[in-house]
Amino acid sequence: MAERLFFFLCAFVAISTAVGVVASRNPVRSALLLVLNFFCLAMLYFTLTAQFVGIIQIIVYAGAIMVLFLFVIMLLNLGSPEAQMRERELRRPLAWLLAIGLFLVLVSQVFVVVGGQSQPRVEAGTARVIGYAMFTQWSFPLLIVAVLLTVGVIGSILLARRRSA
Amino acid sequence: MTAVPMSAYLTLAAFLFAIGAAGVLIKRNPIVIFMCIELMLNAVNLTFLTFALHQPSLQAQVAGHVFVLFVIGVAAAEVAVGLGIIVVIFRLRETIDVESVNLLRE
Repeated sequence: MAERLFFFLCAFVAISTAVGVVASRNPVRSALLLVLNFFCLAMLYFTLTAQFVGIIQIIVYAGAIMVLFLFVIMLLNLGSPEAQMRERELRRPLAWLLAIGLFLVLVSQVFVVVGGQSQPRVEAGTARVIGYAMFTQWSFPLLIVAVLLTVGVIGSILLARRRSA
Repeated sequence: MTAVPMSAYLTLAAFLFAIGAAGVLIKRNPIVIFMCIELMLNAVNLTFLTFALHQPSLQAQVAGHVFVLFVIGVAAAEVAVGLGIIVVIFRLRETIDVESVNLLRE
C-alpha cells in the first residue's frame, strides 16, 4: 500500500511538472520544473530496483545537464520578460491532437505486451553488476559512447568559439 | 515483487512521452524544445527499466540498465552540441525563435 501511494505521489508530481515545462512561458521556470521532474523519475527508478541508474539520473541529469541549460539561458538572457515568446504557441490544436493520438496509440500497446511476470532480482541495479557488464559484455559500445562524448564536447567548443583570430 | 503493476509505469511513460512530443511541436524556444526532448528520453528510460525488471535472466535485466546509461550518455553529448548550435545561431541572428530560422525554406 505504501509503495502504491509513493508511486502515485511521484507519478502525480512527474506529470504535473512535465505539463508545467510545456505550459510555462519562462524558460528558467521550465528548466527548474524539469529538474523536479527528473528527481521524481529518479525516485521511480529506485522503486524499480534501479539504484545505480537513479543516482546517475540525479547526478548527470538534474546536476550537470540542467546546469548547462540554465547557463545557456543566462548567457543568452532569455529569462528577461521582453525575450519571452508570444502568447499563441499554446493554441496549436493540430499539435495537441497529434500528441493525444500518440498517447492513445502507446497506451493501446501497454496492456497488450504485459504478459507473464518473472522474478525480479534486486542485485541487477547495483553498480557492481552494471559495471561488470559494461566492461565485459558492453565494452565496445561503452568505447563508442566515450568517443561520441569526446567528439561532441570538442565539436561544441569549436562551434561556440569566437572567430576573431 | 513490487506492488505497483507494470502497466502503471508504462502508462506514465507513455504520458510523459506524449507531453514531450506536444512540447516539441508547440514551443518556439529551441532551449525548451531541447528540454522536451529530454523529457521524451526520460520516458523511454522509464520504459527500459520497467521492462528490465521483468526479464527472466539477470543478464537481460542488467542489459536494460546498461542501455539506460548509454541513453543518458548520448543525451549529454546531444545537449552539448545542441546548445553550442543555439549559441552560434543567437550570435548570427540576435534571436533564437525557431520560426525566424527559416533560411532553408526560402
